[in-house]
Amino acid sequence: MKSKTADRIATGVFVAIAIIIVSILVGLFSYILVNGFKYISWDFLTTPSSNIRAGGGIRDQLFNSFYILLLTMIIAVPLGVGGGIYMAEYAKPGKLTDTIRSCIEVLASLPSIVIGMFGLLVFVNVTGWGYTILGGALALTVFNLPVIVRVSEDSIRTVPRDLKEASLALGITHWHTIKTVLLPSAFPSILTGIILAAGRVFGEAAALLFTAGLSTPRLDYANWNPFSEQSPLNIFRPAETLAVHIWSVNTQGLIPDVEAVSNGSAAVLVISVLLFNLLARWIGSIITKKITATK
Amino acid sequence: MVTTLLEKEIGEQTIQSTVPLQMEHILNVHDLEIFYGEKRAVNGISMDIEKNAVTALIGPSGCGKSTFLRSINRMNDLIPGARAQGEIMYEDLNILSEQINVVALRKEIGMVFQKPNPFPKSIYGNITHALKFSGIKKKSQLDEIVEESLQKAALWDEVKDRLHKSALSLSGGQQQRLCIARTIAMKPTVMLLDEPSSALDPISNAKVEDLIVELKKDYSIIIVTHNMQQASRISDKTAFFLSGDLVEYDATEKIFTNPSVKKTEEYISGRFG
Repeated sequence: MKSKTADRIATGVFVAIAIIIVSILVGLFSYILVNGFKYISWDFLTTPSSNIRAGGGIRDQLFNSFYILLLTMIIAVPLGVGGGIYMAEYAKPGKLTDTIRSCIEVLASLPSIVIGMFGLLVFVNVTGWGYTILGGALALTVFNLPVIVRVSEDSIRTVPRDLKEASLALGITHWHTIKTVLLPSAFPSILTGIILAAGRVFGEAAALLFTAGLSTPRLDYANWNPFSEQSPLNIFRPAETLAVHIWSVNTQGLIPDVEAVSNGSAAVLVISVLLFNLLARWIGSIITKKITATK
Repeated sequence: MVTTLLEKEIGEQTIQSTVPLQMEHILNVHDLEIFYGEKRAVNGISMDIEKNAVTALIGPSGCGKSTFLRSINRMNDLIPGARAQGEIMYEDLNILSEQINVVALRKEIGMVFQKPNPFPKSIYGNITHALKFSGIKKKSQLDEIVEESLQKAALWDEVKDRLHKSALSLSGGQQQRLCIARTIAMKPTVMLLDEPSSALDPISNAKVEDLIVELKKDYSIIIVTHNMQQASRISDKTAFFLSGDLVEYDATEKIFTNPSVKKTEEYISGRFG
């Protein structure tokens, strides 16, 4: 009887915890969406922001956020997954590997403002670039690399040993086994890790304040020459992202409609992350189905 | 074939056997010792494995039979700290030599594991996985080999209508025969089977046993088994291992009816192990 009671209490406790988590999530989401949704309009999304007058939009900030996200992922994903493969498959167990792993963990837990300061020093001053999209993307890479390395290593390690042995026993090289057996099997969990990292990148402000800057030049979306000053594709221009914009209008905004802009931006940010998540998962499941031939 | 197994052309002399090779044998093992770190798992065994025959390795758990089996296609290389001394001669070359190209070796000496381990791909993809790697890209040629190896593994009739479905949708017995088919597709000369039917139900087990007897026409088979009936049913020769020693190695009939060592008789009749 006693163990039965304990079992019931445990069930109750875990259900309660689940309810707490879900209500925090639902509360947060509905607060942001209810407050911000009314400010979102086509106009809000497609006009540039204004420094003094009301009625500014977030066109450039939204574009910058996605562009920095894309650049960061182009740099961080190959490096991170490559590092994960090294840690899981090539690193020999020993002191050196343990040291590398501890370094990765320390790097993963660094506060983003510290990475911002580091970025200011290296990607802004030492390189002499000034505030640039590339500098921001590199700072965010530093910020996210350890997470992706860690997730990739863990995902590859959890692939059953049997599969690796089966492939090697068929006379397939180690690298080809990694490429065609281990990575496809680890793909869903690596993807989850990358999505989480991408969410962090999208919402990150502190690391970008000192690297990508607080301003955006006047952009001409018809200009696709990546070397032109006005081109949105230029990676050597300063770029204020959505998350940084929310911070800056709230702390130093001169516009009369601060509340509208920041609430609207927050809602757009949350919806973007949500859409991005769903899209990535959907594409991921299609790829997984394709390689595993499951329905 | 022999030279393709070598990493480099040079050094062939140094790995020549000191013992003359007998042609009816596919493998000649001399004084093989295998260590895991400091621990010795196989204590200097010598035996000749016959061509186109089924050789069964029996003995209690931890006797070194699986370790021996895994050393034949160098799967022990994956275990940190494992090393082997002595000789396993195959086609005039010592398999254990540093100069052996392990990848090429494993194409000729295939292995099937205890637990069915199909890749999470389609049935077709499981068989073509290694073929594509070894350079066969033409669809018609792949189709042909897939059908041929599934036929040989007695699985074709059961799966021919769903080749592009996931291999994981097959039953355990079918999965194991798929693993055998995928090894056959590489056209090996030797097949190593590590308790291939211990995880299967009796009907699947019987199918796998029939298959093994059928396969010995084309391949030399070495099978590790804990099932005495299985060893006596399908093998031509049986080797009894105990604590890393090869206690007795003889024709299966002799081992099961009139063994020369008392320990062998005790093990077979179930008095220990």
